[in-house]
Amino acid sequence: MHPSLETSVDTNSSKRRRGAKAGAGGGINTLLIGIALLYLSMLLFVPLVAIFVKAFEKGFGVYWAAITESDALSAVRLTLFVTAIVVPLNTLFGIAAAWAVTKFHFRGKQVLVSLVELPFSVSPVIAGLIFVLLFSPGGVLGPWFVEHGLNIIFSVPGIIIATIFVTLPFVARELIPVLEARGGSEEEAAVSLGANGWQMFWRVTLPNMKWGLLYGIILCSARSIGEFGAVSVVSGRIRGLTNTMPLHVEILYNEYQFSAAFAVASLMSILAVITLIMKSFMEWKTEQRANREVH
Amino acid sequence: MKSILKKKFTILAAAFFLTLALLSGCSSEETANSGKSKQDTVQLLNVSYDPTRELYEQVNQEFSAYWKEETGREIIIKQSHGGSGSQARSVIDGLEADVVTLALAYDIDAIAKHNLIAEDWADRFDHNSAPYTSTIVFLVRKGNPKKIEDWDDLVKKDVSVITPNPKTSGGARWNYLAAYGYALLKNGHDDEKAKDFIKKLYQNVEVLDTGARGSTTTFVEKGIGDVLIAWENEALLSLKELGEDEVEIVVPSISILAEPSVAVVDQVVDKKGTRKEAEAYLRFLYSEKGQELAAQNFYRPRNQKISAKYADRFPDIQLFTIDELFGGWEQAHKIHFADGGVFDSIYGG
Amino acid sequence: MKKNRSHVLPGFGLSLGFAIFYLSLIVLIPLSMVFIETAQLGWDEWFRIVTSERVIHSYKISFGTSLAAAGINAVFGLIVAWVLVRCTFPGKRLLDALIDLPFALPTAVAGITLTTLYSENGWIGQFFAPLNIKIAFTPLGITVALIFIGLPFVVRMVQPVLQNLDKEVEEAAESLGASRFQTFRKVIFPELLPALLSGFSLAFARGLGEYGSVVFIAGNMPMKTEIAPLLIMTKLEQFDYAGATAIASVMLVISFVCLILINLFQIWCRKDRLAKG
Repeated sequence: MHPSLETSVDTNSSKRRRGAKAGAGGGINTLLIGIALLYLSMLLFVPLVAIFVKAFEKGFGVYWAAITESDALSAVRLTLFVTAIVVPLNTLFGIAAAWAVTKFHFRGKQVLVSLVELPFSVSPVIAGLIFVLLFSPGGVLGPWFVEHGLNIIFSVPGIIIATIFVTLPFVARELIPVLEARGGSEEEAAVSLGANGWQMFWRVTLPNMKWGLLYGIILCSARSIGEFGAVSVVSGRIRGLTNTMPLHVEILYNEYQFSAAFAVASLMSILAVITLIMKSFMEWKTEQRANREVH
Repeated sequence: MKSILKKKFTILAAAFFLTLALLSGCSSEETANSGKSKQDTVQLLNVSYDPTRELYEQVNQEFSAYWKEETGREIIIKQSHGGSGSQARSVIDGLEADVVTLALAYDIDAIAKHNLIAEDWADRFDHNSAPYTSTIVFLVRKGNPKKIEDWDDLVKKDVSVITPNPKTSGGARWNYLAAYGYALLKNGHDDEKAKDFIKKLYQNVEVLDTGARGSTTTFVEKGIGDVLIAWENEALLSLKELGEDEVEIVVPSISILAEPSVAVVDQVVDKKGTRKEAEAYLRFLYSEKGQELAAQNFYRPRNQKISAKYADRFPDIQLFTIDELFGGWEQAHKIHFADGGVFDSIYGG
Repeated sequence: MKKNRSHVLPGFGLSLGFAIFYLSLIVLIPLSMVFIETAQLGWDEWFRIVTSERVIHSYKISFGTSLAAAGINAVFGLIVAWVLVRCTFPGKRLLDALIDLPFALPTAVAGITLTTLYSENGWIGQFFAPLNIKIAFTPLGITVALIFIGLPFVVRMVQPVLQNLDKEVEEAAESLGASRFQTFRKVIFPELLPALLSGFSLAFARGLGEYGSVVFIAGNMPMKTEIAPLLIMTKLEQFDYAGATAIASVMLVISFVCLILINLFQIWCRKDRLAKG
């Protein structure tokens, strides 16, 4: 982690291709692995370790108290609840969008693809703002909902809608390349052999795209657990009611309870890492199975 | 054909949002009709700003006990904290707060402008509806290595200052006005000299956090800067929370009387039928118990008796009010903080 | 709406209908609010706000840092993807899993942690302090935060393409006497370019809008380290919705143009390849 290493990374990367010509394969690979590891450790490992170090700074007792406190627990519950609604909806959308875009030709297809990606590039601040503009009592739809006694903004539905917006592209983005690569011939064969729509989908399309789908779902869940910017605009920050885990972290941090803040943050990192490792493990399993079938 | 499609779309859209609203049923129901729900339990929502968390946690507990004793009814007070301005915006945009307890009157005026609070809110409770006050002081490194004693020391070339951005933080506006007011009084109300002073001061600012708490963290935890301009209550609290062996407080010769204001949100309490409780809650802040809690949380109490009891905590400073020097918040905001105002001119924008 | 290829396949109306319905509801109608709100300003006022000096500076900072971060991510992301696909070493699976961490970690947590690490007395920052390089509270700090936020995009775009790349083509190239460098430049790189570019553009667009992590590490000094999303927040704090949406509208248009361009480029690449193939 010495500064000179950082500069050497830069020169190495530019030398890399020139070096590739002369160097032996093994040497280059080792070098590349070194660069990759250094890069990732500066940006991923060290921050991750720092979170846990900070979390346990004041001992395990403080850590345990922080994550079992009632406000923390209700934040966890709310976050999981929101995720449980958001992910299925976005999955459904992702499948529909990917199917339409990859299996058919129609005018404006490219616009549709770009639109699907749009939420990625919209600032979370703007994402929150638009729903406030839409649903606040001074907004366009707000008065109607207020009349009917329904609170969207500063309440759980607002958090859900904002989270849907932010995580909308994940599943579709993962599925489109997968389905595109497969083409439509397998499905066409199934249909011409007399399969109906559902049979075709369950037997042919789903097995083909299951890894992309799973990956999209995992990313979508991870992001909806961690979304901060947009949610912080539409949540009323009422303790125990509309506080999600990331907001709770911010609150604790602002209360000078640094260890507790990092404790909740570490809980979220653990959640993230577990889902990500699970995904890796499943991929590895299927790879093995595929290999066995070949031999 | 098209109109049928449009109709279908509208129905689907309505169904979608309705399902969402219903799905999150209980929790949203609770906030919507929290006025008088089960039995006799009343629920109030106090929308406040960042540094009052500790204060209102205690006030809420004491008030619930007091209310139970007085009326035999249960009362639950929910808290919401954030930047003063964004909290006011949330209330304007529909966050159903029964009472607001914000950093500055300007933010409550903004809510009043949207007809949620009556225009005369400041006259409804004593002392301009500000049950406790504070002032602006300095936090410096232990031993005061840069020898910072008063405002003039902040504009020295080698001094690095930490204060939040007055455009995003209510508390930071008090900081700014305290410095500006000092320069005015020092230079016989010469606006140009005061502008010059404030310009030099902000050129010394190294990090402009978005909120007061962020600045405190930058100064104390990250060890950036020589001096933090802070509310007295924040300075005292961070001394208690973050260690007295690292930083110490310096009290300037002149400062501003910061008056965080409170108000009942008329439209919400009338809808929920909680006016009685909300008003009692704010009045409780003026009671001896409430004043004592304020003092314990490092706010200067209004009550003379309590004030005398905690005198060693709050040194005497020459204090000026915003009305005296700036002609009220509306005026101050227009001249100093609005786009193209004095603050913007510091950075040449 | 002509369906010239797979007209035998079912579900076109249903899937497209649902996709468009959902998109309009969640994305299009809400986003149009920005333009409706901005329209209240009138052209002159809008122009004055979005071209005021501070706003221009914040665009420059946002653009500069996002571009730098996306560029760094493109180079190193490519290396990381290569290593993950083509090399074997202990702990590779774990590494692979960790790549997505920036997606999952709340941006505020990322910002707080990175600030702690890269400030002058932080674990990493202390090594740079003697060299007079300040990272936290400078544009460099913003770049670090944006590199973190955009890290998964390039890796995850390039990785699958690299995985599906036919090794036989490479082997053929090499057996025909091409050096490894030539093979990379002429055979592998063109295949990766579309994915690399779309990863780059996504990282760039995400960086433009990032707020949560940046405010902690930026220092937020006007004209120096003030990013455009922060200015939106600043306007909101002053109850200036129209001003906020004016800045937001500019950013939205830029993001969308970015995305359209990159999609067009991908189509062009594909056609180019088809023409060659």
